[in-house]
Amino acid sequence: MMHTTDVLNLFAEHRGDAIVIPGRGGRHWVNISESATDLPLGDPAMGGHAGFGLGLALAQPNRKVVLFDSEGDVLMSLGMLATIAEQAPTNFYHFMLDNECYATTGGQPVPNAKHVDYASIARGAGYPRALAFNELEPLRRELPGILRQPGPVFVALKVLPEVENTPIGGRVRWRKRAADKVVQDLRAELGVP
Amino acid sequence: MSATSAGALSPETVMQQMKRNGVTDIVWLPDSETNWLFLLMQADPDLRLVGVTREGHAASIAAGLYAGGRKPMILIQNTGMMESGDSIRGWLMGLQVPVVLMVGYRGYTRHGVNSDTAATYTERFLMAFNLSYYLVENDADADRISVAFQEAERTRKPVVVLVGDEYHGFNR
Repeated sequence: MMHTTDVLNLFAEHRGDAIVIPGRGGRHWVNISESATDLPLGDPAMGGHAGFGLGLALAQPNRKVVLFDSEGDVLMSLGMLATIAEQAPTNFYHFMLDNECYATTGGQPVPNAKHVDYASIARGAGYPRALAFNELEPLRRELPGILRQPGPVFVALKVLPEVENTPIGGRVRWRKRAADKVVQDLRAELGVP
Repeated sequence: MSATSAGALSPETVMQQMKRNGVTDIVWLPDSETNWLFLLMQADPDLRLVGVTREGHAASIAAGLYAGGRKPMILIQNTGMMESGDSIRGWLMGLQVPVVLMVGYRGYTRHGVNSDTAATYTERFLMAFNLSYYLVENDADADRISVAFQEAERTRKPVVVLVGDEYHGFNR
């Protein structure tokens, strides 16, 4: 398994001008990059990050859109994979951080946590490319090629859980901008009214 | 206005409203009553259709389209709208997405006597979520669709158009 911070730092080396939706990796990503093309939205509603990424990729076909989804979100919205595959945005790079649990609620396992083959599910839903990595070094070798080829691509990544047991009200807030401000900042950057 | 459209909401009228308000993408989940509208939308090269497998998905997709500069509209049924509550809250209201949801009002009867709980809870759901809404029953009401778009833009909130002619207007 990998550390989420290591995955994100590795990706940052190859990011280029991609729009990044860090998803559940947001708390780490804000320490790596915080610009108008970074979209640390927190968790507007579970299961929706992939849809947001799809919409953004369709709206901005000339920019790479990179999403760091989670396995809990993907499980909640498996049908979204078929929608993404049908739309087939070539600029969409769908990474999934799989820590095998609901880390923000105390680490309870997701259903069938250790036995779900997400890359196979994505492939079965129609993604032309789907890969899985358990360790950092193979990912380090393959990542440039993954990002060089057209999407949509699904990349499942096994990461170590970072379980939170502090009551939500007592947690340190990591977001530097409100979610609606994040969206407006992006629109301003893209020059859309 | 034809004899048919005088008492019904025609798909052509809905398409005109979409065009008038600059809609670029329809995020939707089909139901039988919207089939003719689907055929019209499908034939329009300037309109992108994004089909979803569950209505809540439409909220986050629409939010992403809006973030990237498009003007989406959501087309679903009231049953799916109620299923989508948390996605509407988080992705549309939370991100302040000015989007119109055209919602088929399954079970609606003008006289308020219905046997379908989908209709019973539709407006109560909208009130609970503090979502503004307009009822459209026939072509004469169609301007309310533009009113909904204007309100969405002005308030940066989702606004709902309830289509109360579900069983007639969209049928072939």
